[in-house]
Amino acid sequence: MEVVHQIVEKHNRRKSSLIAMMQDVQKSEGYLPREALEIVAKEVAVPLSRLYALATFYKAFSLTPRGRHIIHVCTGTACHVRGADKLMDKLERDLGVVEGETTEDGKYTLEGVRCVGCCGLAPVIVVGENFHGKLSQKDLGKILDKYE
Amino acid sequence: MSTKKFRTHVMVCAGTGCVSNTALDVKEAFENEVKKCNLEDEVQVVVTGCQGFCERGPIAIVQPDDIFYQQLTVDDIPKLVEEHFLKGRPYEKCMYVPKEEKVPIPKLMDIDFFRHQMLVVLRNRGRMDPENIDEYIAFDGYLGLAKALNEMTPDSIIAEMEHSGLRGRGGGGFPTGLKWKFAKNVDSDIKYLICNADEGDPGAYMDRSILESDPHAVLEGMAIGAYAIGAQIAYIYVRDEYPLAVERIKCAIEQAKEYGLLGDDILGTGFNFDVHVIRGGGAFVCGEETALIASIEGSVGRPRVRPPYPAVKGLWGKPTNNNNVETWANVPIIIHKGADWFTQLGTEKSKGTKVFSLVGKINNSGLVEVPMGIPLREIIYGIGGGIPGGKKFKAVQSGGPSGGCIPESLLDLPVDYEKLLEAGAIMGSGGLIVMDEETCMVDVALYFITFLVDESCGKCVPCRVGLIRMKELLEKITSGNGEECDIVALEALSDTIKKTALCGLGNTAPNPVLTTLRYFRDEYEAHIKEKRCPAGVCKPLITFSISDTKCIGCTLCARACPVNCISGERKSVHIIDQDACTKCGACKEACRFDAVSIA
Repeated sequence: MEVVHQIVEKHNRRKSSLIAMMQDVQKSEGYLPREALEIVAKEVAVPLSRLYALATFYKAFSLTPRGRHIIHVCTGTACHVRGADKLMDKLERDLGVVEGETTEDGKYTLEGVRCVGCCGLAPVIVVGENFHGKLSQKDLGKILDKYE
Repeated sequence: MSTKKFRTHVMVCAGTGCVSNTALDVKEAFENEVKKCNLEDEVQVVVTGCQGFCERGPIAIVQPDDIFYQQLTVDDIPKLVEEHFLKGRPYEKCMYVPKEEKVPIPKLMDIDFFRHQMLVVLRNRGRMDPENIDEYIAFDGYLGLAKALNEMTPDSIIAEMEHSGLRGRGGGGFPTGLKWKFAKNVDSDIKYLICNADEGDPGAYMDRSILESDPHAVLEGMAIGAYAIGAQIAYIYVRDEYPLAVERIKCAIEQAKEYGLLGDDILGTGFNFDVHVIRGGGAFVCGEETALIASIEGSVGRPRVRPPYPAVKGLWGKPTNNNNVETWANVPIIIHKGADWFTQLGTEKSKGTKVFSLVGKINNSGLVEVPMGIPLREIIYGIGGGIPGGKKFKAVQSGGPSGGCIPESLLDLPVDYEKLLEAGAIMGSGGLIVMDEETCMVDVALYFITFLVDESCGKCVPCRVGLIRMKELLEKITSGNGEECDIVALEALSDTIKKTALCGLGNTAPNPVLTTLRYFRDEYEAHIKEKRCPAGVCKPLITFSISDTKCIGCTLCARACPVNCISGERKSVHIIDQDACTKCGACKEACRFDAVSIA
């Protein structure tokens, strides 16, 4: 958890930078482990409950470990009218999880996301940082095959 | 600054859309091929921000010939370079061919998608590298700031902005000059500026694109605003989902500081101004200014009662002025060219242009900028090229979750703040989502209410509880259990929520339901009285079946079916077991003979 101390240092222990610190922790650890939040709370001198308030309010945060690859299915309006729900259905079926869950082998986490701002390519999914657009159900298998 | 002159420039689009479509590989292929043909001294490959025509990505424009290439692949590049740059014959294979036509259109400005647009905010689109401040300066960049600091006073800047008639592009449409005046007239040692780049409306990406393609325009606008109001520090609050926009704006800030256009003693005038970037946490309600302020302060982003308005008491209790990305990007050109020039564009009460993301069931998806007052029909058919697959237009949704659905009968409506409001929609930030006959309007209403239930911050009861009740009623209708009284209940709840919710999110939340009820009541009634979804979307109300005249027994549908509910021998008609069918649509997608239909 040395990295958490460094993150808190980097942001000068400012209370106004709590969200940024948590974003950095999440980026480094993949989620927000309780012990990391305890360190932040102690170092910045705020109650732990305040960090939990932030962690549960903002969508960017997760309190549970996530898969090696995060699959974001865009559910923006353009993707919705072009069949995003069908992609979600298919992924849920193929991965055996429902939206928000991680596969048992810890490989994938399946999440819906509000809009990734790539509406011209609807419907879109984002795996990690890679965007895949203009998809139909039958394209999904090939895409997931690329990830180890 | 590089002064090297090239014969030809290849402007490769590197907006998020094209990048996700291998644009960077295409760019590399261009560079390699140019080198291979010994053209490095004649042809320069430039990476630009979003060029707008996302549907046809990856795209590149060759200047000064103005040739538009689209749907490029790495394999196309050797031939393209040879033909166009060595032999001087533009390469037809990669040119744009309008749907249902055969002759390619070589020049950008002859293509309908571009021809009908008017670029003010997106003036630098596709003509410069967003990560190179010299190129921005070469296109009159920072002249507006120089004029403001050297020739104008804060009061005269505000007067000019008021005269320009510019209204907030984030959705509200509040006059920008007046907003600045409020913040200027408050006495305070410290004042703040905010650039709202928390573009939360689903189906909208104008701000993302502006930040990615012309970040200096936003910074210049903010610097002018800061000087007028008397602010010293600014925050740009960007969605966390927009990593490229964050990278580009941070790069622009560094370059502007190096050039003395940000930081201390800007242009030797003694004016100090600093800009910081904050990544949002992913909460739609943070687009509301008081919630956004709370989020910058490091708290949970919940709105508070106004007044006091942020102009009086904003960030850390100090006077704060907040505008969105597109508004800021309008400022430099208004100051540079003058308000008189700007007021020639648009309608009486809505001046200038508006950037829209034209998406959904439309042939030419992309980012478009048009003068205010242009009819919606012109945008959808003139620029957007109409509906794909010969389907019928049903509605266009404007204004995101706070907006509404506009039917065919109102397509000649001129786009301006008042006219859209009269129709029950709003200008919003600029998402235009086109819907065709296969879009169910009750499902769309449910989609937006579900979105808002998720995004409600929970502070006030009408929004927190009222929206959940609305969602339940809509679910009841779309699942086939609707009763006629449900429509009355929806209307009553809408009325209460509109009147009593605390912030803009709640006040406008019922709009998608109210406009669909106003223009598409027959669809609600079909769901309720006939237990039928006319668009074939709501699963409990539809059945899939296979036509015995069209099916040739190819077995594709049976193999695609995830629950194995399709039976039939090879070369004989297939049948769906309705009891087992989950209505996932995989069979319809797999069928190549249009034999699967929804009823």
